[in-house]
Amino acid sequence: MAVDIIVCVKQVMDPEMPASAFRIDPDAKRAADAPGIPPVINGFDENAVEAALRIKDEVGGTITVLSVGGGHAMDVMKKPLSMGADALVLAQDDAFAELDARATARVLASAVRRIGRFDLILCGRQASDWDNAHVPLGLAEILGLPCLAVAQKIEVIDSSGVIVHSVTQDGYDVIEADMPALVTVSNELGEPRYPTLRGIMAAGRKTPEVWSADDLDIDPDMLEPGVRIVDLYAPESSRQVELVQGEDEADAGRNLAIRLREAGLI
Amino acid sequence: MVDVLALGETSGDGLDPITGELVAAARTLGGSVAVALLGDGLAAHGEQAAALGPDSVLLAESPALDGTSIDAYVTAFEQVCRSASPGAVLVGKTPLGQNVGPRTAFRLGAALAQDCTAVRRDGETGEVVASRPVYGGSATAEVAFTGDAPPFIVMRGRVCEPAEPSPSTDANIIRVDVEIAPSDIRARRVESVKQDIQGVRIEDASVIVAGGRGLGGPEPFERLREIADLLGGAVGASRAACDAGWIDHAAQIGLTGKAVAPDLYLTVGISGASQHMAGCSSAKNIVVINKDADANIFQEASYGVVGDWRKVLPAFIETVRELVT
Repeated sequence: MAVDIIVCVKQVMDPEMPASAFRIDPDAKRAADAPGIPPVINGFDENAVEAALRIKDEVGGTITVLSVGGGHAMDVMKKPLSMGADALVLAQDDAFAELDARATARVLASAVRRIGRFDLILCGRQASDWDNAHVPLGLAEILGLPCLAVAQKIEVIDSSGVIVHSVTQDGYDVIEADMPALVTVSNELGEPRYPTLRGIMAAGRKTPEVWSADDLDIDPDMLEPGVRIVDLYAPESSRQVELVQGEDEADAGRNLAIRLREAGLI
Repeated sequence: MVDVLALGETSGDGLDPITGELVAAARTLGGSVAVALLGDGLAAHGEQAAALGPDSVLLAESPALDGTSIDAYVTAFEQVCRSASPGAVLVGKTPLGQNVGPRTAFRLGAALAQDCTAVRRDGETGEVVASRPVYGGSATAEVAFTGDAPPFIVMRGRVCEPAEPSPSTDANIIRVDVEIAPSDIRARRVESVKQDIQGVRIEDASVIVAGGRGLGGPEPFERLREIADLLGGAVGASRAACDAGWIDHAAQIGLTGKAVAPDLYLTVGISGASQHMAGCSSAKNIVVINKDADANIFQEASYGVVGDWRKVLPAFIETVRELVT
C-alpha cells in the first residue's frame, strides 16, 4: 500500500550564520539579507523530508515537496529532490513575498488542492526565522484535516490510518488518526539523510512546477496580513560578563569555582 | 461580551500556573477579563480561577474534554469564543495552548501572534500590541493586528508575575454549553509514554550543567554529570548535542526543547545560538566555559572562562568538590 506525501518546506535565512552577520533593516522591518550567506531549507522541514523518505522506504509512494515564497534559490530548494523526493512545486509570485502565517497557510492550501491526491501532508514543526508553529496548524484547519503535532516517529498502519509518537515534556504520546492527515515533525525524529551523488544528478534533471498567484486563483484579499509589524529591533543585553583569568586554563578553572563560591552560586 | 478572554488551564485538582499569568497579562490591557476553563468536572477549578480576580469565569464542561483529543478542546474553545465575543484572546504557550490557540484562531478568521513575552494597549490608538522574540531571539518584534476578529496572543510561560489568589472575589462563574460531536474528534491519544528521569527533573533544577557541540562526543557529559551531582543539579544540552546522539533529547534546552530558569546555568562548549538562548535566558546566572571568546553566549553570561574545556574542567571540578564537600 503506497502513500502519497506532500512535504511543505520553507526557505529561511541560515540560523547557523554568525550572530555578527545578523542585521535588521529598520525601514522594511525585517532581517536584512546577509551577503554571502546562502539561505537554507528550515531545519525542521528537512526532518519532515526525512520522515517522508522513511515512509516511502517502508511502504512506497510518492513525495512532492511544496514551498511558498516571493522567490526561491533553486539549488537550495532542490536539496529534498537530491535526498530522494520525487517532485518539487514552487508557489512563487512577487505577491507571496513577506506573507504572514495566515496568508501563507491560505496559499499552501490552494497549492495542495491543485496538487490533488495525497494521503499525508508533513511539515516542520516551526520555522527558524519567526518560529511561529502556526502555518501547519492553519493548513490543517483550512483543509479540514486531522492535525498531529510534533512527531518524533510516524507509522502508516494501513491504507487509511497513521500513528504518530508526539513529543511531550517527559516522553511521548501515541496519537492515532485516519488519513488524509497533516503531521508536524520535530528534530527528535532524527537527522535528515545526506543527498547521494545519484540523487543530486537526478535532482538536476528535474524541473520544478512553478505556480503563480493567478495559476492558483489567489484573490489579493486572501493575502491581506492579519498581523502588522509595528517595530523590529535588536534587544539589548543587560548582562556584563566577568571573565575569570588564571596563570593557565586549569588555573582559570580553579579561579572560576572560587569566584562562583564567593558569589554564593555554589 | 468581554474585553479580554484568557484560556485558563487545569493541572490535576488545581490550576496550571499559566492561568494566573494570563489573568495578570489580561489586566494590563484594561477592561473586563474572563477566564475560560475547558474540562470535565470543573466546579472546584472554577472557584480557584475566580479567586485570581477576573470579572467572570466561563466553564465549558464535557466528557469529551478528558485530555485524549486536542480536537475536543479546539471545538469547545471556538464555541466559548463565539459566545463570549471577546475583544482579545490570551492563550498560554503550553502543550494545550500552542495547539488550541492557533487552530481556534484559524476557525474564527482571527490573526495570532505566537510566543509573546509582553502585551500592552497602545496609549494613543488603543490597539493591542504584543512583543515577541524572532529570529531565535536576535530581534524583538512588536506586532499589532488588523481585521475585525479578536486578536489571539499566545503568551510564553513565566514572563508575567501571576495574579495572586484572593479569598474575596465577586467573579461570576458562568457555565457555557458546548457541543462536541464524535465527528469533531479526528486525532486521538491512545497511550502516553513517560520516560524515567534520573535525579533532579531539569525543569525543577536550581542548577543546570549543560553541554553543546563543543564537547565533541558523549563521554564529556559524564564530567558534566559529576558537577551536577556535586551541586544537586541536572544535566542539559543544546539541540546539536542531542541531535548528534550524545545525550537523550529529554535533556534538550532551547526554543523547541525545555525552557528552564535555574539560579545557575553552567554551560560548556555551547556557543549560544539564539534558539538555545530562548530556552535558558531566564536563568538568573549564566556561567560559560568556551574556547571561543566571540561566542554569543558570553553576551548573556555573568561569569566566564575563555579556554579549552579539556583543560579548564578538571581543575574546576576538583575545586568545586573541595568547596562544597
